[in-house]
Amino acid sequence: MVTHESGGHHHAPTGFIWKYVFSLDHKVIGIQYWFLALFSVFLGMALSLLMRFHLVWPSHHLPFVAGGIMTPDQYLALVTMHGSIMVFMVLTTAPQSGFGNFALPIQIGAEDMAFPVLNMMSFWITFVSLVVLGSAFFVTGGAPISGWTAYPTLSALGEITGPGEGLGQTMWVIGLAIFCIASLLGALNFISTTVDLRAKGMTFGRLPLTVWAWLITAVLGLLAFGVLLAACILLLMDRTLGTSFFIPGGLVVSDTPIVSHKGGSPLLWQHLFWFFGHPEVYIAILPGMGVASHLLSTFSRKPVFGYKAMVGAMGGIAFLGFCVWGHHMFVSGMSPYSAFAFSLLTMTIGVPSAIKTFNWLGTIWHGKIQFTTSMLFALGFVSLFVTGGLSGLFLAQPSLDLYLHDTYFVVAHFHLIMGVAAIFGIFAATFFWFPKMFGRMLNETLGKLHFWGTFIGVYSIFLPMHFLGIAGHPRRYADLTGLDYLGPLLPVQHFISIAAFITAGFQLIFLYNVFYSMFAGEKAPANPWNATTLEWSVPSPPPFDNFAGEIPVVYRGAYEFSVPGADEDFIPQHLTPEKVAGAH
Amino acid sequence: MPGTLTDELEILHSGHGGGTDVPAGGDGDNSRGGLPAVPRRVYFTAVQLALAGIIMFFMALTSSFLVRKGLGNDWVSFDLPRILWANTLVLLASSVSIEMARGALSHGDRAGFRRYWALTTGLGFLFLAGQLVAWHQLAVQGVFLATNPSSSFFYLLTAAHGAHLLGGIISLLYVSFRPWERSRIDQPTAAALTSIYWHFMDGLWLFLFALLYLGR
Repeated sequence: MVTHESGGHHHAPTGFIWKYVFSLDHKVIGIQYWFLALFSVFLGMALSLLMRFHLVWPSHHLPFVAGGIMTPDQYLALVTMHGSIMVFMVLTTAPQSGFGNFALPIQIGAEDMAFPVLNMMSFWITFVSLVVLGSAFFVTGGAPISGWTAYPTLSALGEITGPGEGLGQTMWVIGLAIFCIASLLGALNFISTTVDLRAKGMTFGRLPLTVWAWLITAVLGLLAFGVLLAACILLLMDRTLGTSFFIPGGLVVSDTPIVSHKGGSPLLWQHLFWFFGHPEVYIAILPGMGVASHLLSTFSRKPVFGYKAMVGAMGGIAFLGFCVWGHHMFVSGMSPYSAFAFSLLTMTIGVPSAIKTFNWLGTIWHGKIQFTTSMLFALGFVSLFVTGGLSGLFLAQPSLDLYLHDTYFVVAHFHLIMGVAAIFGIFAATFFWFPKMFGRMLNETLGKLHFWGTFIGVYSIFLPMHFLGIAGHPRRYADLTGLDYLGPLLPVQHFISIAAFITAGFQLIFLYNVFYSMFAGEKAPANPWNATTLEWSVPSPPPFDNFAGEIPVVYRGAYEFSVPGADEDFIPQHLTPEKVAGAH
Repeated sequence: MPGTLTDELEILHSGHGGGTDVPAGGDGDNSRGGLPAVPRRVYFTAVQLALAGIIMFFMALTSSFLVRKGLGNDWVSFDLPRILWANTLVLLASSVSIEMARGALSHGDRAGFRRYWALTTGLGFLFLAGQLVAWHQLAVQGVFLATNPSSSFFYLLTAAHGAHLLGGIISLLYVSFRPWERSRIDQPTAAALTSIYWHFMDGLWLFLFALLYLGR
């Protein structure tokens, strides 16, 4: 390997605390984020199972529920915390901060992130935010009931609007504000690192698409989280300092007139929240797109079809992501002209999304496909992205959205495209990089069993929800027994709940696979997938400073698979032209 | 003049991929492991990104201000405390003195650098003290945070700017007191970065003052 000296060879820390807890090493921090997301995803899933159980067996006693039988506010508290934990602590942390931290510096040929101390702070601030958010369960009144979108006035008036709206909602807002700070620091670090720390020869045109995805996601995070932070501060002031940014006058709650506030606008929160919230959807899904592109190419042994178009499409999706927040507010009474503009811009996102989908198909077309577990999850990602995306075209039309808004159709849509597709991206990335992270392979048989169970399972859960929504079934209803028109839909709800329990059972296979393989899995070679990018040029797991002081030089793009005339069907990015020429 | 803001921006724009312009140092040996060396331009990239994030934060507050003011009939104007004009002059003067400090540093005039840098820090504190006086004057008149949306925004925007400016003051103190021989960044670079942030805080205040004045 041709190398040039790095400026200062830095040394590994000693002692457990500095090595594994307050580590400055991007790989350790990435794994810490990954564990945080793993804990959060099982917590979030447990909350959803309680909801699914209550929906279909509302009079059964449940564990972990005060009083045994769930009340409507307890159900709404589960809705809120399930959404908040999944969106912020899983979908925002694992794909970007987790795998991005672990792989980005190695993939661009850097020894670490540009600002390792800042990186460590990002993780620990995220951890504090999870603790503060989670503490909402244990304070007086319990967790908030206003959903992950926390619309005022419900979220702004305090405990008069519900038990969880007291201290629980305050902890939620503070937790989110802390999360914003962590994400801003992380985004700054990701962009600085990618722009300025690329190894010699690693031009922007040679970056792996994973790096492009993390870079674009970081730009979204940098521009979006400041807006959410501002919104959280305004909401906190309304709640605790008596201001009226979001609270209108003339409110009467539970027969009590609210006289201390007047003149504010609940819609102002919605604008601020969704100006953040829509880019947040892409913060969750773009890293998955990067991973899918990367894996489809690697496991089809073919270059990515239309590399530049893929980068441009991600940029286009990111840009449009800032122009479409109003489509979450079609029922807010906005002008039909605004709704038309938001609708048109929203449907425009179909163009870059279609470019990506067709390029993914073009990538695997006539490839020598290797159906590894990570490839299966990447293919599953594409499937879920298309299914979830198509229902977006319905919701993007104001006239249809008036009917479908706040029904299970919306629940199906965003779970497929933002939730499950992103989770499939996480699974794909886990199976792909686990050998590099822990030095051992995950079990492929268990992995495939887990994939098929999950793939069939999530479709069984979320496809029927479209029909529920079209039949007019509202979301966030805790009890379906009192409403005649929902009666005929109960069998569908039963089916969904049972599918959810079975799918959750399959996740235990994953958990077992992870912890068994971490300690007793087959030892991983440096490059188990015959992949081209730089992280596979170093041992598994990599040395502390990634390249043992010898920063590689990059000679080619990230996707040189099945190059005619080459001996092997892949050419690593760091291989010199002489070595390639000498090989045949 | 070497070492000016324009110079720094030129360094930034001539930046290219490839870790060749690595500064000396960075070979820390403490128990937590030294940090890897990085090119100098990455600090300038980071400061500019931080400013982009801060702009989005204040733009969200600004649009909230405009929307909330436009909502209805409960917006009550109040006279801004006169001391804000004096505070503005103090902050403008600090931007001049920070450039004089950097000019002195680039000419090797350590004493001059320390003098002007301390002056800048002092002016920063004076500005914050002046803002607190403005708050006090409003409180004496009975204008509090929750009195009216106009006063809510006044306290919020001045507090948010003050918190960011306090970050700048911490950065000024850091440049004064940091032991540079153990650092991977040198003092002129840190001074240049601080000055970019400081000028931005200055400009941000002019914007917010104009918003509060014209929008009152």
